[in-house]
Amino acid sequence: MSKVPADLKYTKSHEWVRALADGTVEVGITDHAQHALGDLVFVEVPEAGRAVKAGEPCAVVESVKAASDVYAPLAGEVTGGNGRLGGEPQVVNSDPYGEGWLMRLKPVAGALSGAALLTAAEYQRVLEAEGG
Amino acid sequence: MAFIPHTQADVAAMVDAIGVARIEDLFDEIPQGLRIKSLAGVPTALNEMEIGRLMSARARADGAPLSFIGAGAYEHHIPAAVWGITTRGEFYSAYTPYQAEASQGTLQMIYEFQTMIARLTGMEVANASMYDGASATAEAALMAVRANRKSKAARILVPATVHPHYRRVAVTTASNQGLKFEELPYCTAEGITPSASLARYEGQDITALMVQQPNFFGRLEDVDALTDWARARAILVIAIVNPTSLALLKPPGEWGARGADIAVGEGQPLGVPLSSGGPYLGFMTARMEHVRQLPGRIVGRTLDVAGREGFTLTLQAREQHIRRAKATSNICTNQGLAVTAATIYMSLMGPQGLTRTAAAAHARTRELIAALTRVPGVRLAFPGPYFHEAVLTLDRPVAPVLKSLSNRGILGGLDLSGYFPELGNALLVCATETKTAADVERYRAQLTEAMQAARAA
Repeated sequence: MSKVPADLKYTKSHEWVRALADGTVEVGITDHAQHALGDLVFVEVPEAGRAVKAGEPCAVVESVKAASDVYAPLAGEVTGGNGRLGGEPQVVNSDPYGEGWLMRLKPVAGALSGAALLTAAEYQRVLEAEGG
Repeated sequence: MAFIPHTQADVAAMVDAIGVARIEDLFDEIPQGLRIKSLAGVPTALNEMEIGRLMSARARADGAPLSFIGAGAYEHHIPAAVWGITTRGEFYSAYTPYQAEASQGTLQMIYEFQTMIARLTGMEVANASMYDGASATAEAALMAVRANRKSKAARILVPATVHPHYRRVAVTTASNQGLKFEELPYCTAEGITPSASLARYEGQDITALMVQQPNFFGRLEDVDALTDWARARAILVIAIVNPTSLALLKPPGEWGARGADIAVGEGQPLGVPLSSGGPYLGFMTARMEHVRQLPGRIVGRTLDVAGREGFTLTLQAREQHIRRAKATSNICTNQGLAVTAATIYMSLMGPQGLTRTAAAAHARTRELIAALTRVPGVRLAFPGPYFHEAVLTLDRPVAPVLKSLSNRGILGGLDLSGYFPELGNALLVCATETKTAADVERYRAQLTEAMQAARAA
């Protein structure tokens, strides 16, 4: 059973979003996503300063069996990517909701409240519908 | 692995299983009005004996001219063993070795090719090859745009001294993908790209700089200064190199303080004969930090579950069968047979053999230039170092002189007037180790006569 922390928001494409105290958000892929991909061998995170639209591909996670795009959950400006993943992509597998975060975004005004993000319970139902 | 075509019984069984009467029925959806029953002007099929006679007759019509044309395709001696081994049945079916357990020999051969090319270029990683030098150059431009994430402009600076065909292929391949190619002028007195010409791009968003060494004129560019200028400004450097020359010249991995980022080139000089323009092979290398943007197949060495060494395709998430539309390239194959020949050629020559070949080609070209510039009305266009090609300037139009030489059994070089009209009556000539001192003397004597004939005309 995949872990779905109650304090995070989610997307149907298996990203999670954590609101930080400074008004930025942290984004990663869910426990379900990392498990489905398998052992990650490469992670490409976006450059700081890049403006992204909601739903825009902005990171790549590659495992031994697949490569997948990660989509921006909401519109904003990238404030930084997790540089540690360049040398240690497996951290996404071992700690997807913590040390394995992918990027931090400064949402454009209203983007966080306006984005169609899922609650933990709603995401749980997405997983059940997918047979997860 | 043998290639065995289907028998009529095989085909009948297959169409029966599908539930149609004939293969033709599978094309029912194409309206009759759009079908062409016969192709006007296309002759009927010939059998093997007939085609053999036809091609022999065509070959005789060519004669056996003495060729001094280079311009991207080079005549080198190819030891008989190269194609004797390459055309063995085990190598002759060059299909992509997806099935590692059934393809260890092919995979190891490609791995050796990658290793040799990486060592020759001084780069960290090589792929299993591209179609040819021109398509590898186009792919290098696309790769640079993906790899240089600091640049948003997709602007590539391309010296006019890069092979004109390579420039055209790059523009054709990449300009509809948003890449902008900007031509850097060359010094018409020296035939190289002055690094001072880069000053006007100071402070602009430039993605990559191409540098061909030796350049199209055979001249040696100031690769260190060009590379250092670009690398200091986070501009990627794409090197286009001749593999034979690398036995003598500084490899692109060592250009300037930090080396080129991507190095590509035409592999034809490594054991592939001149044959109506192809098939050739391109090679493509990069620094390891860019490996995930490298297109094409890559073979890696690994261990199997029992700890035994083996070879397999690796980093496949870059490729279209996994990444689909986001793949690094839609070129999905390598030039397997030409790569086999190149690998065997490099193995047989060894570093010393390749160095002797390069040195002999250079020495013969120097003799050629010394001889031809003694002919009245002929001078060297550009002073300064060259490898095995150089540009001559004639005091009269080149085309009639070449025609006259051709009538005397000599292919005298490439007339540059269509490519570089500003150079006037310019002729690009090349000599490799295949030319003897007597060949050089024959060209000199015939050129003297051809020049007089052209004057008379």
